[in-house]
Amino acid sequence: MPVRLLSARVSSLASFPQLSNRRQLERLNRLDARAGSALRWLALFGGAAVFLALMAIVYQVISGASLALSRYGISFVGRRQWSPAVGRFGALALLYGTLVTSVCSVAVATVLGVAIGLFLSLMAPRRVAAVVGPLVEMLAAIPSVVLGLVGIYLIAPFVLNNIEAPLHSVLGFIPLFGPPGTVGNSDFTASLVLVIMVVPIIAALSRDVFLTVPSELREGAEALGATRLEVIRGAVLSTTHSGVIAACMLGFGRAIGEAIAVTQVIGNITQISHNLFAPGDTLGSLIANQFLTPVSALHTASMFYLALVLLVLELATMLLARYVSRHFGSRR
Amino acid sequence: MNVHASPDPAHALTPSGNLRRRMVTSRAVVAVTVLAAALAVSVLFIIVYFVAQRGASQISVAFFIRQLPLVSYGKVTGGIGPAIAGSVEIVLLSTLIALPAGVLTAIYLTEFAGARVAAPIQTALELLAGLPTIIAGIFVAGLLVAHYGQSAYAAGLALSIVQVPLIARTSIESIRRVPASLREAADALGIARWRTITGVVLPTAAGGIVTATILAIARAAGETAPVLFTSSAFGTPYQLNPNQQVPNLPVEIYNLANSLNPTAVSDAWGAAFLLICLILLANIGARLWLRRSERKRGL
Repeated sequence: MPVRLLSARVSSLASFPQLSNRRQLERLNRLDARAGSALRWLALFGGAAVFLALMAIVYQVISGASLALSRYGISFVGRRQWSPAVGRFGALALLYGTLVTSVCSVAVATVLGVAIGLFLSLMAPRRVAAVVGPLVEMLAAIPSVVLGLVGIYLIAPFVLNNIEAPLHSVLGFIPLFGPPGTVGNSDFTASLVLVIMVVPIIAALSRDVFLTVPSELREGAEALGATRLEVIRGAVLSTTHSGVIAACMLGFGRAIGEAIAVTQVIGNITQISHNLFAPGDTLGSLIANQFLTPVSALHTASMFYLALVLLVLELATMLLARYVSRHFGSRR
Repeated sequence: MNVHASPDPAHALTPSGNLRRRMVTSRAVVAVTVLAAALAVSVLFIIVYFVAQRGASQISVAFFIRQLPLVSYGKVTGGIGPAIAGSVEIVLLSTLIALPAGVLTAIYLTEFAGARVAAPIQTALELLAGLPTIIAGIFVAGLLVAHYGQSAYAAGLALSIVQVPLIARTSIESIRRVPASLREAADALGIARWRTITGVVLPTAAGGIVTATILAIARAAGETAPVLFTSSAFGTPYQLNPNQQVPNLPVEIYNLANSLNPTAVSDAWGAAFLLICLILLANIGARLWLRRSERKRGL
């Protein structure tokens, strides 16, 4: 660049009106400093609000439960009876219902979800995956109340008429598949609804995990003559199993927390029954069903206590999932 | 050892024995994954079809404007006008809280926070994302409803707890994807930090933030558990005073679904059809918008 032109540019920059005027420049700097720190504080306020919201939730749930906490202490979790009419409360039956429905649904959803994750990440042509992937995720967007409505009028009758009796006659030797019920509202139906909610979560998360496997690893296995299945087992699942486990745990977290769709199809009878075809109740479904019509202050406090049990279960699941995916993460 | 005959030219590459078994199991597993994906997609279509089949016939202008019959549910179907208006109000209030909170959190975590401060906020965000929505409801019930009664404000606050992690998480992702060259160009020009954030980073990440907000609105519109204890009005006439409980679509569906009256149930299907259409359209729209805005940015 010609020297004359360059010097002309520099001198024009030097005579730039805003920069040459010292007072204006100082004002600009002051404004920038103030606005910068304002934005910083505002952003900190937003971040702090998120943290404080979580603390406030924990505090509020504990303080709402204080009456039941002082009355029962930790033994509340081991008490089986829940009868508001006589004023006896315990979480055991609800904890049982929550765990049974969640474990059953996650067991089924893991198989389906991981299979879909494999399909989307490794099997399907890119164009097919670009259509099927969002469709599966859309399954998670269906509101739980609509899924519950479909549960009442489609899934429960279907389970009652087409599934319960055959399953009982074939697998009746397993206590889980006891004698069929009469209405179709049962732990089994609730689990089925939960499967629909959990599958998209596990599918999306495990697909993302599978996509992180370097293609060299897969191609190396293929070059050794491995079949598709052997590539999946040897190169994909063996390097990603911690991510898959974390995905299943997040699905489990979703299953234990669902209240509305479950309360619509589970039958709302607080009991412990080994039979999946019997009606039941979960922590969330009982709160959804009874919270607006408490019979006593202890009843309300006991429901807050149930919420506390659910919260502890949920936080433990989430933290464990985080721990698994970070500490047993990639061994690559 | 197994001695093979000289290769038959007609079946030269047909696997046999062990290899054949491995191929067959592999193919079976591939078939299972295809079936699983097909099952999930067909369940989606069955649900949408089932809702559409029962709900579409309800859809009319009157259904969107009128209110539910006040006293008895005869053969006359009602309408869901008040519930639509109430849902719009609640979700608007919620988004007014959640959008600034979520975006500010994202800005703090990506632009300002040191690792030590960021870690607890990040963890809190993840835990909030997994929080059972019924606990958001019971939290606000204990915090506000126990003292001031049910209100649209309370419902908005409960829904915002569901929305904030959704908005924050996607905003963080899209802010992190702003090309470093843009920031460096701004730095090289000596532009102040806050001007870079508001003038370069946020506009570039806007596509992702808008997408996240649309998805969060769609999510909040369908959530029942947070509003069940905070704004459980059902079958009331138009009511928009935010200090009072307002009727809304999810609670209306929840209550109508349990009704023994078939006319009431068909109203529930109508409301469910409207809700599911809005939510699926919002989902599709948000995805298309994101794709378009990313293509525009050359990402």
